Amino acid sequence: MDKSTFVIHVNGQKHRVEVESNTPLLWVIREHIGLMGTKFGCGVAQCGACTIHLNGNPVRSCVLPVSAAEGSEITTIEGISEDNSHPLQKAWIAEQVPQCGYCQSGQIMQAVALLEKNKKPSREEIITHMNGVICRCGTYVRIIKAIERATLEG
Amino acid sequence: MKATGGITFAIAGYGLFSKFAFAKENEKSQEKQITAWVHLDTTGQITIFNPAAEMGQGSMTALAVLVAEEMDADWSKVNIDYSPIEPGIYGRSWGRGRSRGGTMLTVGSYTVSGYYDNLRHAGAQVRYVLLHNVSQKWDVPLDQLRTSSGFVIHDASNRKISYGEIATFATVPAQIPEIPEDQLKSPEDFQSIGKYLPRYDVPAKVDGSAQYSMDVKLPDMVYAVISRSPVHGSKPSILNENIIKEIPGIVDVVALKHGIGIVAESIELAIDTRKKLEIKWSSREKAETHNSSTAYADYEKIASDRNQRGNVIVDKGNVDDGLVSASKTYTYDYKNDYVYHAQMEPLNAVVSIAEDGASADVWVGTQGPAGARSAAANALGLKTSKVKLHCCYLGGGFGRRSMSDYVSEAALLAKAVKRPLKLIWTREDDLQYGAFRPMSLQRMQAGVDKRGNVIAWQHDVVGTGGRLLATGASTNYYSFPNQKIQVIGVDHGVRTKHWRAVGHGPNKFAIESFIDEIAADQKLDPVTFRKNLMKDFPRALKVLQTAADMADWDKKSSNGKAKGIAFGERSGSLVAGVCEISIDKVSSKIKVHRIWAALDAGIVVQPDNAVAQMEGAIIFGMSSILNESITFKNGIVQESNFHDYPLLRMADAPESIEVKIIESQEPPSGIGEAGLPWVGGAIANAFASLTGKRLQHLPFTPEKVREVLES
Repeated sequence: MDKSTFVIHVNGQKHRVEVESNTPLLWVIREHIGLMGTKFGCGVAQCGACTIHLNGNPVRSCVLPVSAAEGSEITTIEGISEDNSHPLQKAWIAEQVPQCGYCQSGQIMQAVALLEKNKKPSREEIITHMNGVICRCGTYVRIIKAIERATLEG
Repeated sequence: MKATGGITFAIAGYGLFSKFAFAKENEKSQEKQITAWVHLDTTGQITIFNPAAEMGQGSMTALAVLVAEEMDADWSKVNIDYSPIEPGIYGRSWGRGRSRGGTMLTVGSYTVSGYYDNLRHAGAQVRYVLLHNVSQKWDVPLDQLRTSSGFVIHDASNRKISYGEIATFATVPAQIPEIPEDQLKSPEDFQSIGKYLPRYDVPAKVDGSAQYSMDVKLPDMVYAVISRSPVHGSKPSILNENIIKEIPGIVDVVALKHGIGIVAESIELAIDTRKKLEIKWSSREKAETHNSSTAYADYEKIASDRNQRGNVIVDKGNVDDGLVSASKTYTYDYKNDYVYHAQMEPLNAVVSIAEDGASADVWVGTQGPAGARSAAANALGLKTSKVKLHCCYLGGGFGRRSMSDYVSEAALLAKAVKRPLKLIWTREDDLQYGAFRPMSLQRMQAGVDKRGNVIAWQHDVVGTGGRLLATGASTNYYSFPNQKIQVIGVDHGVRTKHWRAVGHGPNKFAIESFIDEIAADQKLDPVTFRKNLMKDFPRALKVLQTAADMADWDKKSSNGKAKGIAFGERSGSLVAGVCEISIDKVSSKIKVHRIWAALDAGIVVQPDNAVAQMEGAIIFGMSSILNESITFKNGIVQESNFHDYPLLRMADAPESIEVKIIESQEPPSGIGEAGLPWVGGAIANAFASLTGKRLQHLPFTPEKVREVLES
């Protein structure tokens, strides 16, 4: 397959990459650009570990071809704050959410997108919005608490 | 270990007599430091070395707390770093006690209990050295000095000195005395143990900076995936090697015993190209005859054959006489399918071989660093001393990462292509070449006398996976005068492995369901019935009663809900729990609304983390009880990813999980798995309370619920 040049905008920076057009954005972000906070979990948009924002919307980067991301603003976990100061990051620490931690970038990115659109989500709205992101360690109870805390303190 | 300046408290000896060596920091002596537990620099920064895998269970923090507690360290100045892989020094024993050295496997929830005495003692020895140095410097008797949060204090002269300052002049005696047990802190003096301290690893897991081996990227690195045997044991022959090798960007095609590796300049190319491989697999492997759906019928026949002799775990009194003399006997079967670890980070490893081929670096998340290092060394034909293993965070382990198959693979591929290499298992690889918690059938038999006492108890476990089936089958907290518990193994030739709580999950499900069935037939309340059986075991009784009280057991649920209770143990910890469920009339799905659980784990070092582990293990358990099943057809795993192996999601998590830790001065026991084994029995028992019918085959999917309700 032929490679092409793509210019993508991640966390406010331009990156030029030479890849095939159907390359999943996940691999571009991780292995070509080197931002490792976004995780590979399933490759088929079932687990949500690879969740990033595309123009503010949460998307699964493992199934998004790089060609579809050109011209869009991409935000990864590295882009939401420089010092763990996002209200959700603070809440995540206060509630001691992560265990193995591998899914948590995806969880947080999914949650950030929720609060940007809905400042005071109900418990049901939180669950509906977050249901696509799997946590094998079973931190769901604390994720809900952290989002509720962030809505109060953020 | 990149400390500069300061002193290192190093254990150079093995066994009972620890010999501490002093190493002044400079480039040369850095190598001598490899036996250190604690490094203190002149600014007061303390580095405590962690010998265990951090896979989410939090022991990285808990172990450092043990050292810091007895050191009287200022926790804000503590850094935690991985210890060197020296099992003779940094390993733990399988029991308690101060013996140093042993295994570095992080398994069985043994970490905190296994290191509890040893690391507190190490901390106390560091404190002794600091006191000893100040005593000499100030010329005051050592017993007039005390320590508090990073300072040595002499009250009589109103002087205090920080640990960092002491490091500027301290020397470490060639032999530090053993600190007698009675000079360690008593629990009422603990400043950190049993208190809230945030986990060390959490901030890096919130900003994406925590490093898993998946995140390692080296210059000139290539990527690999492997097409592995669909039937365990079958061998590959590649039919189109030349065509594959001609694809631009393909570095090599490497034949392994169990698969064909594709090495490429990018991960996307490796994954894409693998689809084009044409492989002929050898046939007639043992596993090829295995069909999991029909295996249960064979298990039933085996269980019914009284002449079958298995691996006997408990044989007490005479169970045959007990069953004959009983006024009523009960026999029920319980079944459980295979389940998969499904740790969120698929298996992977990074290997870089030095240009001269004489040494190598390996990055991996592993529960067994010594085994992983040996696996790499064997594959590379190097001595283990020539392999440097860089331990990374584990994106989940649950038993799967105590194997090193993925490390061997990465090393073999790196050796073939002579370039730094990252091997990634896709989710499909991770699932289909999994090593599963085995399927089994549990034949439970009991005899009850006229007064309702259980006088005979027989538990036959039939299944694959050998000793994996045995754990948790014995019930040391129930008094059965005559009992026989045995495992009858059937080898299907498929891969099985320890999975969180191992055999405890299926065994406690069977035991606790069966207990409830007998209680119901005897018209006794399940709590009362268990309390009678537990009357000689006060710790167990207290745990059971606490859970029952938390759940307001005597008050029945309303609105189409019902409660169920079960008891379990694992790694020395006792847990009882109650769940409240309902069944969705349309979907036949079981909904778990609320959970109450009581834990007795002796002294709990990190209580908030213990609660987190309980919450996690309960949800992990629920996922296996309600959703998870791996099936084999002609030896081939039928599931492939999370769409057909669904893990529990947030919408199915309980509305609340209340955990109570029972105050205890007993030695610590394991927590990471203890929350799991009771869950199956409690859900099954709640279901029976709600519907009058029994669920006896895991998982309790909507199809199974419908089937049972319509029976």
